[in-house]
Amino acid sequence: MALKLSDYKTEVHNDWCPGCGDFGILNAIQMALSEMGIQKHRAVIFSGIGCSGKTPHFINTYGIHTLHGRVLPFSQGAKLCNPELEVMAVGGDGDGLGIGAGHFVSAGRRNVDMLYIIFNNGVYGLTKGQASPTLKLGLKTKSLPLPNSNNSVNPLALAAVSGFTFIARGYSYDVRHLKDLIKQGIAHKGLAYLDVLQPCPTYNDINTREWYQGSDNLDSETGKQIPRTYKLEGAGYDGIVHLEDEADSKMSNAILKSYEWGKKIPIGTFYQNEMVPTYEERIASKIPDYVKDPPSSQRVSLTDGRPNSDISRLLDILRVSN
Amino acid sequence: MSLTNKVKNSLNWLIGGAQGSGVDSAANIFSRACAEGGLQVFGKREYYSNIKGEHSYFTVRISEREIRSHVDEINMLVSFDAETLLRHAGSVVKGGGIVYDSELADVKIGEVPTLDDAFRDRLVGLLEKVGKPLTVQGVLDYASDNDVSLFSIPYFQLLEEFSTKIEDHSLSKLSRMVNVMSLSSSMALLGFPFETLGSAIRYIFRSKPKIADLNVMAANYAYEYTKTHHDASGLAFSLTTKKPLPDVILVQGNQSSALGKLTAGCKFQTYYPITPASDDSEFLEANEIVPQGEGKDGSILVLQTEDEIAAITMAIGGALTGARSATATSGPGFSLMTEALGWAGMNEVPIVVSLYQRTGPATGLPTRHEQGDLLFATKAGHGEFPRIVFASGDIEESYYDTIKVFNFAEKFQMPVIHMLDKAIANSITTCKIFDQQRILIDRGLLMENVSDISPDLGHASHYRRFKLIRDNKNNNNGEANYLISPRVLLGTENGIFWNTGDEHTEEGHITEDPEIRTAMMDKRMDKLRIAIEQIGDEDKATLYGIDEPDSLTVISWGSTKGAILDAMDRLIDEGKKIRFVQFRLLNPFPIERVRTLIGDHKQLVDIEMNYSSQLALLISENIGISMDHLIVKYNGRPISSSEVYNALVRIILGEAPRRIVLKHGA
Ligand SMILES: Cc1ncc(C[n+]2csc(CCOP(=O)(O)OP(=O)(O)O)c2C)c(N)n1
Ligand code: SF4
Ligand SMILES: [Mg+2]
Repeated sequence: MALKLSDYKTEVHNDWCPGCGDFGILNAIQMALSEMGIQKHRAVIFSGIGCSGKTPHFINTYGIHTLHGRVLPFSQGAKLCNPELEVMAVGGDGDGLGIGAGHFVSAGRRNVDMLYIIFNNGVYGLTKGQASPTLKLGLKTKSLPLPNSNNSVNPLALAAVSGFTFIARGYSYDVRHLKDLIKQGIAHKGLAYLDVLQPCPTYNDINTREWYQGSDNLDSETGKQIPRTYKLEGAGYDGIVHLEDEADSKMSNAILKSYEWGKKIPIGTFYQNEMVPTYEERIASKIPDYVKDPPSSQRVSLTDGRPNSDISRLLDILRVSN
Repeated sequence: MSLTNKVKNSLNWLIGGAQGSGVDSAANIFSRACAEGGLQVFGKREYYSNIKGEHSYFTVRISEREIRSHVDEINMLVSFDAETLLRHAGSVVKGGGIVYDSELADVKIGEVPTLDDAFRDRLVGLLEKVGKPLTVQGVLDYASDNDVSLFSIPYFQLLEEFSTKIEDHSLSKLSRMVNVMSLSSSMALLGFPFETLGSAIRYIFRSKPKIADLNVMAANYAYEYTKTHHDASGLAFSLTTKKPLPDVILVQGNQSSALGKLTAGCKFQTYYPITPASDDSEFLEANEIVPQGEGKDGSILVLQTEDEIAAITMAIGGALTGARSATATSGPGFSLMTEALGWAGMNEVPIVVSLYQRTGPATGLPTRHEQGDLLFATKAGHGEFPRIVFASGDIEESYYDTIKVFNFAEKFQMPVIHMLDKAIANSITTCKIFDQQRILIDRGLLMENVSDISPDLGHASHYRRFKLIRDNKNNNNGEANYLISPRVLLGTENGIFWNTGDEHTEEGHITEDPEIRTAMMDKRMDKLRIAIEQIGDEDKATLYGIDEPDSLTVISWGSTKGAILDAMDRLIDEGKKIRFVQFRLLNPFPIERVRTLIGDHKQLVDIEMNYSSQLALLISENIGISMDHLIVKYNGRPISSSEVYNALVRIILGEAPRRIVLKHGA
């Protein structure tokens, strides 16, 4: 039976603020799942804590709303124990780049085959608008008493140096484009990072929808708004590593590109390298049956309740008498 | 002393040296040789938080009877450095012997840089008091005055001769065998047959046959030299082999729980390195391919994470897919895990945390022992949620308990904290081979298909992970009890559910409804009552000794078990009436069982390796009974049976204060 977009929606009341960028991301995820025909019970959406963390409750697949900052280890644990699952991790910028930054870096080193989406709104939404790790130095969003005195982290560059093998950025009000990026991220073999520029109309009064759409960025001749976001695909940029020896140069291009900000903000795929072995492949090189018989599917006991594992060989090594 | 007058096959042997100089392998060879020779072995390892150079030592106690603990008195001290002599020679008792390097006699106390000031001051004080020089010789003289035999072995000369004999002139390489040579000298003095020693050496070096050969030859050279040049008649101890009991293993406490995990079908273990817990994970990783029935291979995935928060949360993720999952840590790591522990409690996820306690707080004494985390384990985390805390008392028990804790986790759908510690992890013992036939696996209400859920457990057109199901019995607020809801795994068709750390509905969606909140709290906490009903009495608390109304009752938990049992046997041999209640299930607290076991008893003595007598606090919190005596120790060194014996004798004689602080240790 073909799955419709509505099959991926739940009845749960959505309490995001009107106009929140999170809605666009939610729609894009549901569209991607339905277009890819991923069976609902095979998908698991993990989330951290924040406004963004509520996302799984609105999607009719398995949904695991975890702890603040810990979405990556929860989701990697599940994926590694059952690689058949389609695992996606979502969360806020504070969640993933503040309290969870250590996991972000370590996840890159592993390259587990899954997609991680950060809802990047520059603020801690759910705790009422404090500065998040992506808010630029010196900016004073609505609820900050004083301008931000921390420098901002560049999540795309951090993903690159940490070892993520797919790095992209979307914009939450360009839902179709975002949906395509999500599909690419899911299809990617390895750990994919998708940064989503997500206006928070309630607390981030600087990087607003109007700002992204260029309300203050007028064409001097026509007087029309020039949107800040532009698509890398349409700008002749190719971030895909086709040959092993281009990996370094493509990565430096991606990092350089990721620093473009201000009047022009690139969205699209910055980098992709499928030549790096996934963590699952690394395990399979040591445990040959891993793919066929991963931890979740191994039988623990025989029908009479006795253990299936037999440690006699190890006990014999310790044996001192027969 | 003629051989017939000697104490046969019962002694406490100690070898020491700088960390990294082969103390462990020598002790493992000694243990293995005695075990192969049909003797019972209990050994324990002590070491600094250091990689090379600081003093480490290993005591091995040997007996023909079952032994479960160490003692303070040393009968045979084996050394190849000055520090071992300075630190331990004074503990060798009358009739004992000391094997040492002839060249060390003149070493002055001030020349040993790794002796810390506190110990040096105590030693100098002692030697000055007895009028001995402040040198190794002074310490040896002191021992000799106590009727201890001294056996000086010129290791360097022996090595030179040996190197000429085998025509290998790399002396620095050969000198690495001094550990085995000194051990071998001690065996010669004790009269232990070389053949069995040789077999043990080959076993320990089984992966390097050439090195094994060389060590056997060197050991033999030292053995023959010692027999020809020394007269052991002053030594009151001897060791011989006897016919071994059937099916004995020699196993370390950092292997037993790991072996239990393999039998239990643990398929996923995460960890962040920490002493003394890492060995458990490393053993599993080294044995990640696990034979299954019918000649198939299974496996366990062991993953080193970026920190302990990742360790526990990954394990939870794994558990949600159905893999039996665990993480192993010690106090500092467990502190970091507490938030996630609550999440597992909230979402009813079965996971096992092997908590290998060490001395706290903070990094405390990182490589030393303590049972300081009992109250923390029973309360760790914010808010209220159910968890099981279960403590093993010794190595053998820890194997069987590990399977139990996985069953508890899945039957009661909650995190289980399995209390282990440094004393268990770093000891070695002979015991009956683990019996895999005795094991039963119970995965509780784990459903492979949603359609398998019976109507009375809430099967309906749509599955609800946290289905509220009432029992027909009432609880103590006069309302019907809740039952455990059936669990399905991520990926199950028609089984979609949600989890959240927020309070949730039956489906697992966030709710702040006051009635649902009350019901969900009741549902979760009711599982503790179910656990109390279903966990057997012996698993709650075990009774040993002479169970009479006027017996002295010792209570304790965890690794003090061996020292208490050994001391109790001695006291019972001396005609004392004494019983011992070993607490195993520490949360939920088995109130009825404990009332039955101690409620009517007068003289209650609590023994623990911590400052505040945490079990005694737990008992008074739960049943309002207080202890007559508290025996505690918190200097980082495990309680010995000598200490337990002496403290209990004082109590029996009515000479003891209410609280006794034990202080022995090196
Ligand atoms: C350990 C812990 N510390 C603090 C909090 C409080 N908290 C809830 S959400 C949040 C920040 C959310 O910001 P972000 O991750 O950017 O998500 P957003 O709400 O913006 O989507 C914080 C600090 C918490 N839940 N847990
Ligand atoms: S606070 Fe911001 S991020 Fe949170 S729901 Fe409201 S608009 Fe969205
Ligand atoms: Mg945010």
